[in-house]
Amino acid sequence: MHARTDTSEQQTAAWPEDIYAVLQKYDVRQVPYVPDAGHSRLIQRVLSSDTMRGIVLTTEEEGVALVAGAWAGGQRAALLMQSSGVGNCINMFSLVQLFRLPFFTLVTMRGEWGEFNHWQVPMGSTTQAVFELSGIRVMRANTAAEVREVVEAGAAQAYNALTPTAVLLSQRLIGAKVFVK
Amino acid sequence: MSKANLLHRRDVVARLLKDRKGMVAIGGLGASTNDMAAAGDHDRNFYLWGGMGGAVMMGLGLALAQPDTPVVVITGDGEMLMGMGSLATVGLQKPGNLSIVVLDNEAYGETGGQVSHTASAADLTGVAKACGIADACDITTMAEVEALAPKLHDLKSGPRFANVKIDGANIERILPMRDGTFIVNRIRGSLGFGPL
Repeated sequence: MHARTDTSEQQTAAWPEDIYAVLQKYDVRQVPYVPDAGHSRLIQRVLSSDTMRGIVLTTEEEGVALVAGAWAGGQRAALLMQSSGVGNCINMFSLVQLFRLPFFTLVTMRGEWGEFNHWQVPMGSTTQAVFELSGIRVMRANTAAEVREVVEAGAAQAYNALTPTAVLLSQRLIGAKVFVK
Repeated sequence: MSKANLLHRRDVVARLLKDRKGMVAIGGLGASTNDMAAAGDHDRNFYLWGGMGGAVMMGLGLALAQPDTPVVVITGDGEMLMGMGSLATVGLQKPGNLSIVVLDNEAYGETGGQVSHTASAADLTGVAKACGIADACDITTMAEVEALAPKLHDLKSGPRFANVKIDGANIERILPMRDGTFIVNRIRGSLGFGPL
């Protein structure tokens, strides 16, 4: 979890709206999240949605279990989290394979592009490997222009092909947090 | 563990699942899921053999997806302690059709009976209340279990939480099926969702 002062460019960037449109297209109904600055605009959009329910979590692993329950009940879900939260999920990722879930998660990255806070680096460095070891495919969006295409491809393979997928939204895309005194 | 007149876990679960109609029941990792199997297999039994700490969140996801179906999570004190934050998440979402029943033997029965936090310090009912689950109570008698059973079918008055003090006896294991994909798809099928 981190706060950040948005630059005007980040406040007007279109990619959070692009992600929302993809989630809507795939009839995602439950959107569990741990608050995160990189996802803040998407979270706002979800919370004001008529069709999606934003569900704030105390820790990311709750979201993996929620996705399983939603699927058992016939609804699609998408989990929003930050790279540091991926480590919190490891044991609960077992459910993704055991239940053959259409698991889809969007992860904002820290610790990889102009990071100030080195406490973010260990988990940011291992995020992709943790997913892959857990049987979850990893895709990545580095620029605003490719977000929609990558998220759409990820959602398609997760929901249509039951292929668990994580899309990493790079720190270069989101912008490094600026610490000011 | 040595306290007198504690309830028997199988009696409690059998009573709660009697005349269940369309209720979905999620059994937390360990003895709770076995208790559900002992009460009789059912298409809407969600048996968990792992994912410790996740039972309440699976119940929440299911309850939100199926607001016209009662959902009950039956789990142990150890499993509930591991997912205590999920009570705060449920307290915020307030699904009317979700009930959480903890079978509290004050011990980790599956791993040798080590004493748990609820034996002397942790008050799970207090935690549930403090997380915004107003209908939260301790249960120590079968009369209270009888009173709880019909409330599980009320779709509007939840979420509700009950901590049932049970005896710590080790009883014969009744093992349910453990194929996770089959269990989930069987529930989906009973709710009208076919295979891809």
